Amino acid sequence: SFPPSFPPHPCFLCFPLTDSCDGDLELSMVRHQPEGLDQLQAQTQFTRKELQSLYRGFKNECPSGLVDEETFKTIYSQFFPQGDATTYAHFLFNAFDMDRSGSIRFEDFVIGLSVLLRGSVTEKLRWAFNLYDINKDGYITKEEMMAIMTSIYDMMGRYTLPSVRDDSPYEHVEKFFQKMDRNRDGVVTIDEFIETCQKDENIMASMQLFENVI
Amino acid sequence: MAAGVAAWLPFARAAAIGWMPVANLPMPVAPTEKNKRQDELIILNVSGRRFETWRNTLDRFPDTLLGSSEKEFFYNEETKEYFFDRDPDVFRNVLNFYRTGKLHYPRYECISSYEEELAFFGIISEIIGDCCYEEFKDRKRENAERLMDDQEDNKDAKLPNMTFRETMWRAFENPHTSTMALVFYYVTGFFIAVSVITNVVETVPCGSSPNQKEVPCGVRYTVAFFCMDTACVMIFTVEYLMRLFAAPSRYRFMRSVMSIIDVVAILPYYIGLVMTDNEDVSGAFVTLRVFRVFRIFKFSRHSQGLRILGYTLKSCASELGFLLFSLTMAIIIFATVMFYAEKGSSSSKFTSIPASFWYTIVTMTTLGYGDMVPKTIAGKIFGSICSLSGVLVIALPVPVIVSNFSRIYHQNQRADKRRAQKKARLARIRISKEGSSNAFLHSKRNGLFNEALEFTSSTEEEQRLTKSTSLLESQHHHLLHCLEKTTVSNHEFVDEQYYQQSYLEAGLQNYPSRSPSLSSQDGVTGTCCTRRSKKHHTPLPNASGPAHMQPLTHAHTHQQGLQELSTIHIQPLTTSRSSLNMRVDEPASMNCQSSQITTAIISIPTPPVTTPEGDAHLPAGPIHQNVVKVSAL
Repeated sequence: SFPPSFPPHPCFLCFPLTDSCDGDLELSMVRHQPEGLDQLQAQTQFTRKELQSLYRGFKNECPSGLVDEETFKTIYSQFFPQGDATTYAHFLFNAFDMDRSGSIRFEDFVIGLSVLLRGSVTEKLRWAFNLYDINKDGYITKEEMMAIMTSIYDMMGRYTLPSVRDDSPYEHVEKFFQKMDRNRDGVVTIDEFIETCQKDENIMASMQLFENVI
Repeated sequence: MAAGVAAWLPFARAAAIGWMPVANLPMPVAPTEKNKRQDELIILNVSGRRFETWRNTLDRFPDTLLGSSEKEFFYNEETKEYFFDRDPDVFRNVLNFYRTGKLHYPRYECISSYEEELAFFGIISEIIGDCCYEEFKDRKRENAERLMDDQEDNKDAKLPNMTFRETMWRAFENPHTSTMALVFYYVTGFFIAVSVITNVVETVPCGSSPNQKEVPCGVRYTVAFFCMDTACVMIFTVEYLMRLFAAPSRYRFMRSVMSIIDVVAILPYYIGLVMTDNEDVSGAFVTLRVFRVFRIFKFSRHSQGLRILGYTLKSCASELGFLLFSLTMAIIIFATVMFYAEKGSSSSKFTSIPASFWYTIVTMTTLGYGDMVPKTIAGKIFGSICSLSGVLVIALPVPVIVSNFSRIYHQNQRADKRRAQKKARLARIRISKEGSSNAFLHSKRNGLFNEALEFTSSTEEEQRLTKSTSLLESQHHHLLHCLEKTTVSNHEFVDEQYYQQSYLEAGLQNYPSRSPSLSSQDGVTGTCCTRRSKKHHTPLPNASGPAHMQPLTHAHTHQQGLQELSTIHIQPLTTSRSSLNMRVDEPASMNCQSSQITTAIISIPTPPVTTPEGDAHLPAGPIHQNVVKVSAL
């Protein structure tokens, strides 16, 4: 058995572009081929067929094999036509792009999905914590939570009933911290987070909501 | 929702787990896939050419033939494929639409055959991608114009029920429609020519009597010319009156240019009749005769070319105005200079600046009559400068005007085309955006609806409604629903119109009256509020127009034919929402503090809205085809 190969092996294809043929060939087409199906199957909880179907959808949208942040924001915004989903998409992008390379590869995509759809509740909570922790320092501060909350409320857009007040996110953050921050030190650690969530029935129930998405 | 993006829906739903820890409310139930089957290849046999694709690809557009169950009609059991007896070349584009989400229009394809194929497969042509849309629209417009030209030739056939007046008007406008019209056309033309020639010949000096000097023919044969003039004016007057009678809009006809010309052409004659041989006014009368020359303009009805020339001049008015202005400037400058230059010379013809205008104009247009010439050296120098600059000033703007005209003409055409296409493109984007959000709003009601149906036994409703939203859509709507639940205090998506309307109504609250009729309905207890709202023009269940978010609804079983549902119970809703849902003109009670709210939706597919018995509050007014009566208890 061979070790799973990280990092990936990008394959550079050179196309002489018609509008910049001054003698220098631009290496503009960066393409990425994912790891083999077997390796991905080992790393995730998906079956072979599921991986195939996922890759087909992924490749359709991103023929180059990489999703950059702009494309990601565009795709995610299409699901929320009434609001502005770009900020939340940015946080989501950072949560998926684990090695901070600036683009999501298929492996990142599929590993993230595997956690979200087939992982244990603890793993999912850990993923959510990672999402909220914007600077990935292990603590959720009020500012980070405020940013996340504002971005979620932004997705609702203007036309809601009753309309979103300016301090709605703030109140929501206050409630969140009241619930999660046990030792009242102003930050939420991963243990506080997981412990509190495990005690809340609503949260535990909703974590199971998307079990059969794929 | 775009086709390719549908592949990312599972991802978006999975990412929704990120909202769960911050949500305070329980999430709605996810839609279940009834028969989750593995993706399979299906074979489409189009006139012998086999296309294969995944079933999921076709399911992306459930309102087309291939995406819905309609394709089962074409299923061939023996060969296990779907057979379509259509053009395989065009089908390639149709299938690519499913694959890429963009519909392309190939140039070599005939526009009508392409549209027929699109219509067969249930794809609307507005979906054509931007890359091919211009070409498509141009070809479509050409085709339409060609059809219209053909139609106009046929249109000349007399329609059976035209009144005499309409017939006459048509005869005037299109002389070749009937023989009478043609005769009339030529007769009037002849008389216009006769009249003009008469006016001209009138002034020619005829042979003189021996003892008198030469007199013009008009004076010599006064009676003959008078008879001729009278006859012509008779014809013109009759023609004008007939046109006035036949015109569909008399006021507009009287304001039109041609009718003004007609009037001006015949007026001098009548004024001349009225005025006697008074010596004082006969001078003015003579000048009026000048206006008789306007009769020549009547020819423009007979000549297309004259009309085009007139239109050209009108459209070039600003350039012509500039030419005139620059000429005037130059004339004034040079006239002043010449005047002061020639002031010193004796017996100079340049007596004043206005007198010099004539010299300047004659010189600048290189006419050079020679009736006024400068005598001083300075005058001659400036005179030559004047004639040289005249050539420039006149020769230069003319090509500019010509090219301006051509440029503006083409630009107008392009600008109109671009404007129309931009409008169409924005409309398409707006429709697709609205479609996706309205689909969500609509299916929210249907979502509640579907929950309701579990308690009732009306299965036909269920079938009718569950087929209208595909699994993809229901998943998308579930996602949006989760977002709503995540944000506190039940914010929910509404559409813009409703949002604005509800803010108008927010001021009007707290009507205390009750509706007594509802309490008498079966299945409804403890009525506290009655409110109704009317939905605007779109039909349920395929609503795509503005929809009122009325989760507070009321249903009552009705004996005859109204398709209604019995009440269901949903979770408690805040009163603030109910207050905003009120309509202005209807009394309602505000005591909706009750935790139980019964909701249902009345769906009335056919007009008229029949009111529940005994309910006097229902307005008889706008009986739209699809009025949704909703009210809350």
